[in-house]
Amino acid sequence: MMQRRHLLAVAAAALPARAALGQGTSGAARVLRFVPQADLAGLDPLVTTATVTRHHGFAVWDTLYGLNQDYAAEPQMASGHAIDQDGRRITIRLRQGLRFHDGEPVRAEDCVASIRRWAARDPMGQVLMARTEEISAPDDRSIVFRLRRPFPRLFDALAKVTPPVCFIMPARLAATPPTEAVAEIVGSGPFRFLPAERQAGRPAVYERFARYSPREEGTPSWTAGPKRAHLDRVEWHVLPDVGTTADALLAGEVEWWENPSADRHAALRASRSLVLEVLDPTGYVGMARFNHLHPPFDRPAIRRALLGAVDQAEFMRAVVGADRSLLRDGVGVFAPGTPLANDEGVAALAGARDLDRVKREIAEAGYGGEKVVLLAATDFPTLAALAETGAGMLRRVGFEVEIVGDAWAAIVRRRASREPPAAGGWNMFFTIWSGLDLLNPGVHQALRGTGERAWFGWPTMPRMEDLRGEWFDAPDDAAQQRVARAIQAEALREAPFLPLGQHFQATAYRRGITGVLKGLPLFWNVQRA
Amino acid sequence: MFAYVVRRVLATIPVMAIVALFVFSLLYIAPGDPAAVIAGDQATPEDVERIRASLGLDRPYLVRFGAWVFDIARGDLGVSIFTNLPVSTMIRQRIEPTLSLMVVTLILAVSVAVPMGVVAAWKVGTWIDKFVMGFAVLGFSVPVFVVGYLLAYTFALELDWLPVQGYTAFSQGLWPWLENLILPAIALGTVYIALIARITRATMLEVLQQDYIRTARAKGAGQRSILFLHALKNAAVPIVTVIGIGIALLIGGAVVTESVFAIPGLGRLTVDAILRRDYPVIQGVVLLFSFVYVLVNLVIDLLYTLFDPRIRY
Repeated sequence: MMQRRHLLAVAAAALPARAALGQGTSGAARVLRFVPQADLAGLDPLVTTATVTRHHGFAVWDTLYGLNQDYAAEPQMASGHAIDQDGRRITIRLRQGLRFHDGEPVRAEDCVASIRRWAARDPMGQVLMARTEEISAPDDRSIVFRLRRPFPRLFDALAKVTPPVCFIMPARLAATPPTEAVAEIVGSGPFRFLPAERQAGRPAVYERFARYSPREEGTPSWTAGPKRAHLDRVEWHVLPDVGTTADALLAGEVEWWENPSADRHAALRASRSLVLEVLDPTGYVGMARFNHLHPPFDRPAIRRALLGAVDQAEFMRAVVGADRSLLRDGVGVFAPGTPLANDEGVAALAGARDLDRVKREIAEAGYGGEKVVLLAATDFPTLAALAETGAGMLRRVGFEVEIVGDAWAAIVRRRASREPPAAGGWNMFFTIWSGLDLLNPGVHQALRGTGERAWFGWPTMPRMEDLRGEWFDAPDDAAQQRVARAIQAEALREAPFLPLGQHFQATAYRRGITGVLKGLPLFWNVQRA
Repeated sequence: MFAYVVRRVLATIPVMAIVALFVFSLLYIAPGDPAAVIAGDQATPEDVERIRASLGLDRPYLVRFGAWVFDIARGDLGVSIFTNLPVSTMIRQRIEPTLSLMVVTLILAVSVAVPMGVVAAWKVGTWIDKFVMGFAVLGFSVPVFVVGYLLAYTFALELDWLPVQGYTAFSQGLWPWLENLILPAIALGTVYIALIARITRATMLEVLQQDYIRTARAKGAGQRSILFLHALKNAAVPIVTVIGIGIALLIGGAVVTESVFAIPGLGRLTVDAILRRDYPVIQGVVLLFSFVYVLVNLVIDLLYTLFDPRIRY
């Protein structure tokens, strides 16, 4: 049926013909207009850990190994591997026919250079390199790791989807220092980024890379399996306003909105032309991070006592509303539903909250009435909601609380300060992690206990670091699970942070879109009717 | 006259210098860290420090200010911290949508508001006058984003007459360009219409009491001739002044309107840059806006001589 707007255009036939609907050339059947969660400010996935740049990275670059829905690594650009010398020599073979977007073949030396650049930034990569005596490319299709001792997590590291991801780029670009953005975007994946169309404020555009060679076997699953691109063009439209984005999706001006806010779910669900579903089963996990350098949270007993005050359901309701299907409580330090999630010590976070007991424990631990400075990012509703709920919780158990509300860009500056709270520092801030960021001890930044080199909050937890090392050496799933339980017990004893529960983020797309994969917003396998 | 124009143009230099110093200092003391925003939430403090150093953000105030002023003097507004694109390129890429929005809004507002004000003054005390004044109060009271949402809901989502959002370049055709601007221009123009209509009415009421209007009536001049030829021309100076002052209103309103209607203009560029603490972009855009404002004021001053020959420079 012709839209009334088109009739208007016909009525204006005396005027020059209008271009395709909406913005630019987006009307064709094999074009997908996607609204990402944020503007794609950085194009180099190693310079920034921004999630949106990771999504861009998966469209443009391929990885040696992919992660499937069981959180297991599968060969992706690799055809397979051989493990020799009791696990101290790993040889990865590349598939044939792989090409970069500049037409050059993908060679092993490109992979070696890419691994080196990635490892300089990535926590798991740093462990890998510390154990690697040499990494070499004896021929165009072989990558050889000579390890000082076996590293069972090598394939997990190469397949990880948490930023930074080990994307494969040409060696000439991988030679760029990891703190500097690469000069060109030359990918190895199923979609080619079009830099000529990159203009400030205009959509980021990707087109199908015709010479991409997908795996022939397997089933598409997360970032593993055949990556068959069915779309000719994918446009990322950044719409800054959620109301406008909802209207644009309902009106068919865009086809896929990555992160519709919870307050729009009802309106979107009511439309028969839209599908609303959760892609990432690991969801998002809220966290209250302590500053370990200053009173009162320099005392483990106070941090530990607060575990008894946390009502995870209350925190998550503040984020997503009353819809129980979108939240989960009783959450430990690993994302529920993932292989290392366990119930060790979780009882401390569940059940009825005894605030009088918490007050007593805090007093016994020596709380001296110091003011607690909470950082709240006011331009992120989710983080603001967590901070408000957290302030209420702290006040209920007797803390004197000051909320410092500011824009995210200012909060990240202040949270880097190690000064006392009264001199521009802080005591606690709130953040949300993707469940994938809490998949295992290798990627879990908030579990690091390396003091001044640790993530903001700077806990010193030598036992935790030892356990992390044990996890890297764990030979099988059972051993990993054992270590994960010990890590969770230690985390709840040291309490470097408070887990605040898990919530799930729905994505919304028009019914004509099929083949949307679970996990991340990925554009291969997706088709338009 | 020519000497006056030259003097005024030269006077923009110290104004711009003060604006530059003010903007740079304000951003320097404002909380925020582009390095941390670039690095992302999972970056370690070491990563953030490395990026800060690579961007030169760890250099002292005077060194950074000196380098910036030196670049500005050479016509170089710098490079965006986030996109690595020259700020001048980003402004060039974004200026068309903002200019389009402002021009359409200006035409719409002046062509609606001036007749409204004239008619209200002519029919003072009647229901027409009350309607115009009521609209003016409403126009002042309702925020631009509320008007925007209501228009988008009604005319885009429910009636499907116009697109919800976006911008199409003028080069792609007049109608595609215009259809994306109609709703934003109405939303942005509402407060502007209210302002101009009120001033026009007030000024016209004063002028219509003048002796020469009575003389014109006595000579048998028609109502239209009296209103638009004799009265409006004499009322033009304050009206033109308000239109000029309103340009600042439009610049401020464009920031909100461009966000509501997803128009990729300078307003959104400014908001995005502020949220990310992209200092070179903020500095460049604010300098541009202040230059435009100074220029508009100059043009308004020169227009006075057209409407009132007694004014000389």
